[in-house]
Amino acid sequence: MNDIPQQLVNGLTNGSLYALIAVGYTVVYGIVQLINFAHGEVFMIGAFGALSTWFLLFRDNTSVWVLPVMIAGAIAASVATAVIMERIAYRPLRHAPRLAPLITAIGISVFLQEFVRLFYGTIPGFPSAKSKIPFPAIDGVTGSPFHLGSVVIQRPALFTMGALLVCGLFLGWFINKTKQGRAMQAVSQDPDTARLMGIDVDRIIVIAFALGAALAAIAGVAQGLQNNNIDFKMGFMAGLKAFTAAVLGGIGNIQGAVVGGLTLGVAEALATVFVTGAWKDVFAFGLLILVLVFRPQGLLGARVVDRA
Amino acid sequence: MSTAVAHDTGAPDAPSGRDVLLEARGVVMRFGGLTAVDDVDLTVREGEIVGLIGPNGAGKTTFFNCLTGLYKPTEGEVRLSGTVLPPKPGRVVRAGMSRTFQNIRLFANMTALENVMVGRYCRTKAGAFDSILRTPRFRREEAQTRERAQELLDYVGLGRSTELLARNMPYGDQRRLEIARALATDPKVLLLDEPTAGMNPQETADAERLIFKIRDSGLAVVVIEHDMRFIFNLCDRVLCLVRGKTLIEGTPGEVQSDPRVIEAYIGTGDGTEPDDPDDIDAKIEAQVEAREAREGGRG
Repeated sequence: MNDIPQQLVNGLTNGSLYALIAVGYTVVYGIVQLINFAHGEVFMIGAFGALSTWFLLFRDNTSVWVLPVMIAGAIAASVATAVIMERIAYRPLRHAPRLAPLITAIGISVFLQEFVRLFYGTIPGFPSAKSKIPFPAIDGVTGSPFHLGSVVIQRPALFTMGALLVCGLFLGWFINKTKQGRAMQAVSQDPDTARLMGIDVDRIIVIAFALGAALAAIAGVAQGLQNNNIDFKMGFMAGLKAFTAAVLGGIGNIQGAVVGGLTLGVAEALATVFVTGAWKDVFAFGLLILVLVFRPQGLLGARVVDRA
Repeated sequence: MSTAVAHDTGAPDAPSGRDVLLEARGVVMRFGGLTAVDDVDLTVREGEIVGLIGPNGAGKTTFFNCLTGLYKPTEGEVRLSGTVLPPKPGRVVRAGMSRTFQNIRLFANMTALENVMVGRYCRTKAGAFDSILRTPRFRREEAQTRERAQELLDYVGLGRSTELLARNMPYGDQRRLEIARALATDPKVLLLDEPTAGMNPQETADAERLIFKIRDSGLAVVVIEHDMRFIFNLCDRVLCLVRGKTLIEGTPGEVQSDPRVIEAYIGTGDGTEPDDPDDIDAKIEAQVEAREAREGGRG
């Protein structure tokens, strides 16, 4: 069992990825009480957005300065997907029974997966997405790992954890210190009163979707760098795990999403140490069931978006 | 689609010479078979304080909800400075009418200052990209918003509670914070829904002073209250609603001396306090029922 420190690092890496995606579930839930089950696909489309940007602008160039542009492309693709999704699929169902947007979300999820699978390769110059597509190995954030004693830290792992840190700080600032952030808090605490104070609730909902999508896009890039490849199915399990993380931390609670993501990642890694890697999903969802039974409000407590 | 109803817009008993700010004509609000507000007119002029009284369930708050666009009235229209208001809360606020709530509805997990700042945002223009990029416009507006919010907290006497979370504030302070938040939207007309509910006499007197101060600053105020002494001290005109209909509208003197109101409020001679609200409610109710019985049942 000497590999516990190593597994902790692996766990925090996966956990950071879950956390980045989980924030999207939780922010949207905090504002509209909707579980956007298509959020995993927003993450997948972020990865494809980054890859497309690279194909279009930088093909064969792996310099590190390419990365910010790829991230921008990823964010653009994810945010556009999420905003269009909200506008055409969720907004018309705002006052429908809760089952309706849930079914819609599953429909969008399947639609987006199939859309990417079937159409990505038909764009001239792009490879077929019917199987895994190699993701460019960007200099600096991929390549030879760092060694800390016996612990190996992969460069993409550092990128992922760094991304979570930066995004977390940004989100905390945005929610607490900007007009739109305060308006988000107000809408999540009392939508009717917020409307009576002149807040455009529809716009705040769009902002919530866009914020979650931006973080998922960055997670998509991180995933691509970690695995060296991406595919149209990558959003399914990642989305499910991130949703678990959001519930684990307390749905609606942004800090909870981060704590839940890291907890889930570490729990999986420890399962790998003490049981076997093949059982880690059983362990992860077992943890979810335990939390739901004994602490249904999640580790930090379900609540509305506030004080991130 | 709000149905405009033709009405005689002459307001014979309103003080002349001042501009009409708020004008509601033939407002009807039905919920299924229940008519909560039934053909109510209201005219409010600049610098006026108008009282809205009536027993619980008389439709006072529902009427406020119709005025502020929270409900779409079944019939009738609401004009502010001559322009018809659409039943959209955001548009109503920007047009210049804001309100407080009978059951305090602050953003409980935000500070007093933040609550007022949220009220102010309908007057700012910076978009999400201004915020993310911290443009000069965002920084300028944010500073102005904060400054204005602090001024308003000072104005209502909460200047020292800026950083308290709304939910941790004493009840009377929460009511004043709601008024500050409503004022932050720069209203021409302020609607107060039971501003003294649950207050002790000292707090009530403070609230009265605050409302006079607001009126003197040029706003028109419409107040829903059960405390009759408060209403008759405060108001230039009083409208009494019973079961969604206007029982009488007039000066406090006229309303107090109207036979129907006297009968309902003070004319029983059974020694009860004339301004006990529950008692008044019961009496209005009884009065209306008696009248309806005489007139051959309810509609």
